[in-house]
Amino acid sequence: MRVLVIEDDRETAQFLQRSLRESGHNADVAGDGETGLAMARDGGYEVLIVDRMLPLRDGLSIVQTLRGEGTRTPVLILSALGEVDDRVKGLRAGGDDYLTKPYQYTELLARIEALARRPAPEQQETRYVVGDLVLDRLSHKVMRGGEPIVLQPREFRLLEYLMKHAGQVVTRTMLLENVWDYHFDPQTNVIDVHISRLRSKIDKSFAKPLLHTVRGAGYMIRDGSD
Amino acid sequence: MTALTRLLLSTPFRLALIYMGAFMLAAGLTVGFIAWRANELLTTSVVETLRAEVVGLREQYQAGGPARLSAIIAERAADPGSSLYLLVDSAGQRAAGNLRQVPPELRDGAQRGVFTYIPQSGPAQGKPRVAVGVLFDVPGGLTLVVGREIEDLRRFAWTMGRLGLWSLIILSALGVGGGLLISRSVLRRIETVNDAARTIMAGDLSRRIPLKGSGDELDRLAESLNAMLSRIEELMGALREVSDNIAHDLKTPLNRLRNRAEAALRSSEGAGIYRDGLVKTIEEADELIKTFNSLLLIARLEGGAIAESMERLNPASIIADVAELYEPVADEAGLSLSVTAEQGLTLTANRELISQAVANLVDNAIKYSPDGRRANGAAPAAPISIVLKRVAQDIEIAVGDRGPGVAPEDRHRALQRFVRLEKSRSRPGSGLGLSLVAAVAHLHGGSIRLEDNAPGLCAILNLPVDGPNHAVPVLAGQLREH
Repeated sequence: MRVLVIEDDRETAQFLQRSLRESGHNADVAGDGETGLAMARDGGYEVLIVDRMLPLRDGLSIVQTLRGEGTRTPVLILSALGEVDDRVKGLRAGGDDYLTKPYQYTELLARIEALARRPAPEQQETRYVVGDLVLDRLSHKVMRGGEPIVLQPREFRLLEYLMKHAGQVVTRTMLLENVWDYHFDPQTNVIDVHISRLRSKIDKSFAKPLLHTVRGAGYMIRDGSD
Repeated sequence: MTALTRLLLSTPFRLALIYMGAFMLAAGLTVGFIAWRANELLTTSVVETLRAEVVGLREQYQAGGPARLSAIIAERAADPGSSLYLLVDSAGQRAAGNLRQVPPELRDGAQRGVFTYIPQSGPAQGKPRVAVGVLFDVPGGLTLVVGREIEDLRRFAWTMGRLGLWSLIILSALGVGGGLLISRSVLRRIETVNDAARTIMAGDLSRRIPLKGSGDELDRLAESLNAMLSRIEELMGALREVSDNIAHDLKTPLNRLRNRAEAALRSSEGAGIYRDGLVKTIEEADELIKTFNSLLLIARLEGGAIAESMERLNPASIIADVAELYEPVADEAGLSLSVTAEQGLTLTANRELISQAVANLVDNAIKYSPDGRRANGAAPAAPISIVLKRVAQDIEIAVGDRGPGVAPEDRHRALQRFVRLEKSRSRPGSGLGLSLVAAVAHLHGGSIRLEDNAPGLCAILNLPVDGPNHAVPVLAGQLREH
């Protein structure tokens, strides 16, 4: 995956570039807003990581300009400003996700991978299948190995999100934001408990577990064979 | 600028001058008009008297002819200090009377009016005097002039006029003096405000503008300014408190983090220890970041409004969502979580912040509840209750637990930043949870209070239905808090 990092702090930029390369991605770095915009325009990137405060041109303006020109490349906005209003502004400007500094690298990686593989809205599937687990988004039914599984509405949304990102790491924060629409830290590991409940419903009576815990990062649903 | 020029340039003084000028103009016009009218009236009334006299004389003439008229006039003219008479025959010769000649003012034109004459006898002999007279023709070529001296009236009017002028002068002097006095007192009061402002700018934020206690508009202005100063001082205090807390409570974990890294680095046992040290360092750093974020959030909430992100919400659904989020955690701890929510309420608030506040309360309730699993097996013995109800213009969200509770004397302190009551030191947390709730409540114009849940603690979040009242957010918040 080709990633463009627009970040003026050299150390942060280098850390991201190195880490992304270690994760198997190809990362370029732009040190200011104008260079970043020019590089993003030339294209070829699957994800843009844009810092909000940049010299020459600020991050939100880059995103707005790109969106105005019709570029649909997913954008992750990085910012030290993490208040409710700032996040809303970032997403309104055309950002696809918003991450507040300081962040964990695993969190950032999980988010850009989720962004890069996000299907366009018109291509969204109505059925998700992982191994013998099937989730039907229209009838709200879940089956595993042909057996129906009864889920609470929130558990259904949790599973839906995990299956939409099957094979990708999904962090606790991503779940909290996308399944519960909360952007605060609930202190206690509430998500873990929800996951363990979901796991007991979809995995417990089956030989092969599908819902995996990724240490230090989050969760992933995948068919163990791949 | 000297004190005098400042006084003369002051707004009250200029206003006083303008007012006084207008007043003087009006007074002058009025007095002038009255004087003119009085003069007119007096002249007219004298003329009327003269007419009546002339009518009498004409009757005499008709009864006794020119000789009788002449005799009567001679007789009347002989009375000292009375009317003026003159009877002139057709040749222009004086027949009788005490006037020497027909006054030229009467001869042509009006035949009546004011004229001057020179008395031939009496104390004012030889000096010109003012009189009002009437001239008319008597049949037989005679001309009769009857007049009355109005010198005294004139003098009286003149005296009155001078009196009026003097009063005007004295009045304007008093007006200027009064204007100066008023300006000085106003200036002095404004100067006290200036004084206070200068002291405050010099750094003494505790200084307030002294009130006179009269409740007038300057007092009310001073009160508003004082309230503003209190708010500023409060904010500055909050800021200072944050930096104190950062210094105090963040330095310790930072130091720990540093020591740990140093210890790992010094160790000679190789990769395993390094790795362990780094993992712990990152954990410690994450905790620090969390604390730091909470602190920043609280400071920002306390610092100002985020009105644009307020929306109309259904509080019951907020409670339900938070309860749903925490239910599995409570369940795992052997605690039941019950929600009693009044339906159909609306609340103007920020969903995210209210959710976070309620989540913090529920999180605390779970943290401080005794472990239900240890109590007696399956039945959750320590229920956590969330109650939503409307109380007058507010909604109340009460989160109760069956934990150890908080002693009444500690309740106020428990809402402050970083305060972790001794009993809870051993449990995880930054000590910012409740102060974040308090900041959220304050931002929404509401409050948080802690009560006895007999046994346990009941935290009650009180929020006005219509959101914060922006006219008096500070005072409203403070009044509710105390």
